[in-house]
This record gives sequence, C-alpha cells and structure tokens, in this order.
Amino acid sequence: MTTHCAIEMTVNDKRYTGLVEPRLSLADFLRDHLGLTGTHVGCEQGICGSCTILLNGETVRSCLLFAVQAHGATIVTIEGLAAKAKSGDRLHPIQQGFLETVGFQCGFCTPGFLMTTYEFLQENPSPSEEEIRERLTGNLCRCTGYQNIVAAVQWAAERLRAR
Amino acid sequence: MAETSSRFIGRSIKPYKSKRFVTGDGTYVSDVCLPNMLHAALLRSMHAHARIGAIDVKEALAIDGVVGVWTGRDIEERISPFPESFEIHPLPWLEGVKPVLQGPRPTALAKGKVHYVGEAVAIVVAADRHRAEDAVDAIGIEYEPLPVVVDPEESLQPGATLVHDGSNNNVVFSFSIEKGNVNRALGAQPTMLRERFRHHRYCAAPLEGRGVVAWVEPKTHMLTVWSSTQMPHLVRRQIAAQLDLAEENVRVIAPDIGGGFGPKVFVYPEEILIPFLALQLGRPVKWIEDRSEHFISTAHGRDQLHDIECAFDQEGRILALRDRFLLDNGAYNPMGLTDAYNTAAHLQGPYKIPNLSVSGTCVSTNKVPNAPYRGAGRPEAVFVMERCIDMIATRLHLDPAEVRRRNFIQPQEMPYQAGILYRDGQPVCYDSGDYPETMNRALQGAGYTELRARQPELRRSGRYVGVGIACYVEGTGVGSFEGAKVRIDASGRVIITTGASSHGQGHETVFAQIAADLWGLTPEQVSVVEGDTASIPFGCGTFASRSTVTVGSAIHGASAQLKDKLLQVAAHMLEANPDDLELAGGRVSVRGLPQRAVSFSELARAAVPGWASKLPAGLAPGLEATFYFEPRTVTWANAVHVAVIEVDIEIGTIKLLDYVVAHDAGKLINPLLADGQVHGGVAQGIGAALYEELAYDENGQLLSGSFVNYLLPGSMEVPKIKIFHLESPSPLNPLGVKGLGEGGAIAPPAAIANALADALSPFAPRVNAIPLTPDLVLELLAQKEVRSEASAV
Repeated sequence: MTTHCAIEMTVNDKRYTGLVEPRLSLADFLRDHLGLTGTHVGCEQGICGSCTILLNGETVRSCLLFAVQAHGATIVTIEGLAAKAKSGDRLHPIQQGFLETVGFQCGFCTPGFLMTTYEFLQENPSPSEEEIRERLTGNLCRCTGYQNIVAAVQWAAERLRAR
Repeated sequence: MAETSSRFIGRSIKPYKSKRFVTGDGTYVSDVCLPNMLHAALLRSMHAHARIGAIDVKEALAIDGVVGVWTGRDIEERISPFPESFEIHPLPWLEGVKPVLQGPRPTALAKGKVHYVGEAVAIVVAADRHRAEDAVDAIGIEYEPLPVVVDPEESLQPGATLVHDGSNNNVVFSFSIEKGNVNRALGAQPTMLRERFRHHRYCAAPLEGRGVVAWVEPKTHMLTVWSSTQMPHLVRRQIAAQLDLAEENVRVIAPDIGGGFGPKVFVYPEEILIPFLALQLGRPVKWIEDRSEHFISTAHGRDQLHDIECAFDQEGRILALRDRFLLDNGAYNPMGLTDAYNTAAHLQGPYKIPNLSVSGTCVSTNKVPNAPYRGAGRPEAVFVMERCIDMIATRLHLDPAEVRRRNFIQPQEMPYQAGILYRDGQPVCYDSGDYPETMNRALQGAGYTELRARQPELRRSGRYVGVGIACYVEGTGVGSFEGAKVRIDASGRVIITTGASSHGQGHETVFAQIAADLWGLTPEQVSVVEGDTASIPFGCGTFASRSTVTVGSAIHGASAQLKDKLLQVAAHMLEANPDDLELAGGRVSVRGLPQRAVSFSELARAAVPGWASKLPAGLAPGLEATFYFEPRTVTWANAVHVAVIEVDIEIGTIKLLDYVVAHDAGKLINPLLADGQVHGGVAQGIGAALYEELAYDENGQLLSGSFVNYLLPGSMEVPKIKIFHLESPSPLNPLGVKGLGEGGAIAPPAAIANALADALSPFAPRVNAIPLTPDLVLELLAQKEVRSEASAV
C-alpha cells in the first residue's frame, strides 16, 4: 500500500496543494499534477539542466528533488518568469533576449537556460562573456552551439542594467 | 504575371511564432495529456545476446494499477514485423551499384532471442509510469546467454557468432564502386599511404528523446498518434501496414520536437506498440523514453573502420585511392545503405581523383542499431580524405593548404562529373561552387598565414598550437520528393502546408519568406502548417539537409499553379486580361491602375462553389494548389572548416582557440538561421571529435549510457564560431538554394584531428582515430617516445 503525503507549495504566486507518493519527483509534480509543462525533463539525472526552476529563489534541478521536499516552498517556473518583469512587459527581458538573438532552436532546453540566467543576472548584472559561459555549463543545449544563448544573456543583462 | 522580387529572401529575419519557446508553451509529445490516459514502460534486454526462456508476468500483473503485460509471443499474430530497411533504394542505383542486401526483419518485441542490450522484450501498461516501471521490474524472465560479437572485424570472421538465426554470416550488405583503374594506378606509384582510420560510435542525443501518445476516438475508431519523429507520414504508413488499418483512419502528428538530428528518421517499435495498445485497451496510452532507454534503444551513429591505399605524385596530387571499409551496423539495419553509400559517394570531396575504388561492407554485431546521424556517412568520408591530404603534405613537406589547392576541382570545371553514382541513382555531378575561394575565405578568416608564421616561435616557447583544415562537399536536397500545398483562405492569408516538419531549423520562417516573395506579401501574412498527416496526403520528412531545397521548390511550383488560377479569377472579376494584372500587398490590380483591384480575401470568397461563386466558367472552386517537387538529383554544397587548437602535452587536453567555417549553400534564404544551423552542427562535431563515445565492453554492455559519462559539449567547450558565407546558386532548383542543416557536423572531427597532428608534429603522431580524448593524446605522445627509444637502440 503506497503512502501518500499531503504537500502544499506556492508556484508562480499561486498556492497549490497535492497528495503525492513520496517517490514523485518535483518535475513530475509540476508537469503532471499542476500542468506546468514548460519545465522539461531531459535526463532525470541532474545533468542537462532542462528542468531547472527556482526554489525559494535558488535554481534547482526539479528532476533531482522529490515533490515532498518542496513542501512549503516558493517556486518559480518558466511559466512564472514573465510576471517577474518589473516593467510590466509581457515578456521578461531575458525572454526577450532569447527571442532577439535567437538563443534557441528546438526550444526543449530553453526554459532551463532562462531560469539559470534569471538567477545569474541577479548575482552578476554585468557579466563578461567568459563568466556567462562558465555559468551556463550546467545547462546543455544540443542545437545552438551556445553562441546565440551567450548573446541572449548579454542582451538581457544590458536591458536589465538600463532599468 | 508579377515577377518574384527578393524582398524577404536573403534577409536575416528572426524566427516567427517562437514566443512559445521562451514562455514554456511549446507542446512536445511528453506534454500531451489526455483524459483517462494510461502509461507504458518497456522491459529491455540486459543481455547482448541470449535466448529468451520463460517469462513470468504473474507478479507484475498483481501490482495495483497494472492493466496488462505483452510479450513478443502475445503480439506476433497481431503486429507484423518491420521491413528490413526503411530506405527505398531507387532502381537505377540498384542496377548501377548491384549491392548485396540481406537483412533480418525486426519485430516490435523480441521473440526467441535478444540481439542487443536494450532490445524491447515486453511492454507494460499501467495507471501511471511509476507502476508501469514497478511492473517491469517484477517480470520474471529467464535468459540463456549466448556468445556475443561486438567487434565488427570479428563479426566477419568465418565461424563468428551469428547475430541472427537463419543467416549464413553477419554481412548485412556490401557493395563496391570503381572509376578509372585503381590497381594499375596504385601499382605504378611508389609514393603511397597505407592507413587505417577509425570513426567511432556516437549518437545524436537530442535533448528530447523519443515519445509516443496514441488515442482512439471511441465512436469513429479514428487513431491519432503523437510522436517525436522526423517522419510523420512514414510513421502513419507503418502503423497502418503493421496493424492492418486503413491509412485514412490513422493520423500522425509531430508536434514540437526537441531535436531530431537523424535517429528519429525511421519507425521504432514503440511507434507501433503504443497505437496497438491504445486500440486494444480503448484508452489513450503514453510512452516517453527516458535518457537511460535512449542510449540503449534509439539508433546510434557512425562506427566505421577504413583501410586505405592512396597514391600521389611528388607535387602532392592524388592519383588513386582505394578504400575498403567496414560499418558496424549493430543488430539491425533500419536505414539500409544510406550511411555506407553516402560515405562512398562523398569520399572524393572537392578533389579530382582519377582512380577510385571503394568497397563497403556492413556487418551485424550485438549492439544498438546504427542509423543516419547528422552528416550520415559524410563525416567518416571527410575524416579519411582530409587526414590523407594532411599526411601527403607531411610526407612531401608541403603546406596542407597547398596540397588541397593542387587537388581542387576548379570553378571553371563546373558542373563536374565525379564519375560515380549517387544514391538516388544519378551520376554524382557537382553543380556549382568555387572550392579554392571557399578555402581562401576560411584561411583568411583564421589568419592562417600569420598562424603558420607564428608557429615556430610558439613551439620554441613550449606551446603546441596547431591548425587543421577540412574541406567537404555535401549532396543536399535529396529526393525522392517533398510537397507543398498553397492555399489562400477567406481572410486573404496564404497558408503553406508541407510534410516536412521542423525541429528547430526555422522552417516556419524560411518558408514564409519564400512564399512572401512569391506572393508579394509580408512573411506575417503567410502561415506554415507542418507535422500533421491530416494536412497533406504525402510527405517525406525533415532529414538530409533537404527541406529548404525540396519544400522551397515545392512552394515555388504550387504557387505558380495557384497564381495562374488566381489571376484567371481576378481577370474575370476585373474584366481584364490576366497578362495585364499584377500582385502586390495581398491584392491583384490592373497594371498602371492600382484602384482597379481585388483583394486576395475577395478572390478567395469568390472562388467558392454555389451561389456566392464568381468563378469564370470552367474553373474549379477553391484557391489551392499542391505541388510535389521530385528533384532529379542532389545539389552540392561545400565548406571549409579551420580549427585552431592548443594541446597541453602534460595532461593531453585540447583547447579550441578558434573555429572558422566558410560555407557555400547556394542562395541563402535567411543567413541568421543558416548561422544557427552551422553553429549547432559544429558544436556536435566538436563533441564527436573530442568528447562523445559510445563504448561497449566485450560482453556487449554499453559503458557510456548516461550524460555522466557520455559527454555533450557545453558552453565552455564550444568556442565562438566565425562564419563566412559564399553563395554559388544551384542551377537545379528555381530558388538556387542548397541544403545546410547537416554541414556543420561533417568537418569538425577531420579539422580537429588535423589540427592535433599539426600541433604535435614534432612528435609525428598518427592521428587515425577519434575521439581525441586526453588518454589518446597521451598515448600518441608515448608512441613517439617508444619510437625514439627504439631508434636510439
């Protein structure tokens, strides 16, 4: 008989409750229980970074956490990123940056890169190219060769600094 | 009729309709969620070669939430086997090359014995994925292990373990092609290379693996299948054929696809099994491949061993080349001779080779099946040829760029007959290009002359910096066909429908640019619909650097037909002669009288059946035309890559200092998106050259089956890539375009290997295999020490 645990968390400023098996990953909870399918699962081994989200303000791999570990947490997923745009724009400058520089092709890894960039640019608003590349090593992209992604982060950093 | 003006073709327009990718609103197969959906998981063989004994599913079935378990025996009467190969070889090629082809037909689930680790043995359906996997673990299965063959050369030996019951040997196919007289040319020449080159096994590793969702509409029995595939129409054909359904009752949708790169180009067991189970159970069923499964069930790529003899004169001109190569095909051969024959057809590259002999043999081993991956046989050919050129340069103390210059086909020799057949059965004929100029641009971009001048000084200061060049030609836009339906709807929009679906290449934008110019619209006024068998009857798919060439030309053909009709309708409505009409801004007007006009929207509403019709007599209703472009043969793109690397000889690591690509894919529709394709291809080629390897142990167990030990290049490993475009239009299609999707991935292994040989030239290393891992680099350095000790004795 499988035990279920009651959990509650705030995701993209909305409160959610759920009854889950302890073995359910946070990524699966977000995707399958909350319907937030923008968080992608690329390896389930914590390597590719496609499932990166913000948990209590810090990036985590949602495939490596159980949903029960996020009990009581505040989470931001890709679906909540636009709302973080202070200007009231429909898209966050980071999202705009990826569109401007074409920092995506198939789009599968993109949400993870955006969430990593969000945290990174808060820590380091004026990164050098080398620093950007170093910081993005935790996210894999198979399509772009990273060049346009690096440009996207530069574009977003500039836009955010201009505020 | 209005002429096509280039207002949008050639412009770096950002991709359309892409916002979904940055907001999390893309829809991939794993995002498809249907009411009452069940989930499947597969039991996969842990043995590389074994007889299947008793399978006990009692415990699995007892798990709460498990709906059923199916084994090979349960499906054998209900799912017909796969074909030997999905590749259709055209008759002129079969007659010209006379290959020997023999292959087993895989079944959706193994029956009798398993042939590789990862082969599907049973499938479980349960209420959720966890329970399905619990049940997979609970299946009791007995195996009787059999001897394993993992080495392709061993597989060829008399008395070798046979991968498939009922076969006489492990050869799946073989062929040879020849031009000139190689025996005579080799016999007459004292200067000769005799080398063995190995291009290892690696894989595409798209970040989204495969996945299938199937749903049967309960009242109509219409089957809808979502699959992460490059070939929705082929998947539909196979589902219908193997499940004995009418094709019209099967719809296959390829939604957003998280990368393809080749292995999603044929039909896998799950693409038949999941629809089968949905039909059996009357409920939607979903299966999503996880990363561990991906490494042992999705096709691998490359894996060739070449033995070459190459004769050349004192000037470095190649006189003859003989290549006998082996392709390790793994347990099955889903794509026939595609890779192997591509290798043969591309081996000559941009060079004049008067005498050539290539023989390819493809053997079965107890490994994951091998299939096309970005480049599909070309990187192997380029690795062989480009290493040969550098070795000739070393032997003759010539600059490797100079040896290339001496062997290049010259622009005034275009079109150039290369003396062999392509796999479409037509003679290989390079249609346009200026190979010396492509190389000049790449060398200038890399500062080649300065680098060469600095090298002695760098070496004196203990820095091992090397420059490597690799040139290639690529047959692109292969047939057999691709179609486009062009329609104008009541809102006046032009809608393009095609069977080739995008997985990040930017089709929507490129096709909209082409259509916008043809119709005098803006790209925003064009919609592109892809990836749905319900929208166009025939489709090939997206692979082999072909979509811009084939779909672009089909859009052109369909547009010409539709324009003709549109002008007849407009002429009737405007009471004018069709020859006096022109198209602009979504309107047809009388030339010189812009106010005498009718809009596309009005025309679409006029070209209807019934009382509202304003059609002239004899013209059928509807503003729609479909055209299937069937290229006679491929168009040849070319490129030159230059890699600049530095080697740390203490620890054997290679750092890329610079990477330059000069690239000629004919007329470019969108340079921005073309750059993206090159960037991504080069990144994959860098992975192949330096990091990625699918290594097997002697028992046929995969040693690098996760991203922990199968290393994809990251943002620190891929340098900024400098790209220079040349545009030699193709005379073979109305747009002058050539394909470019694969190109980037073709040359990096050769360019980087040449750069390594150059960097370590004081040690005279034999760089004949990749990946160039630190271990291999140190081994190459150690060989030199051994050699120098030996010569000291």
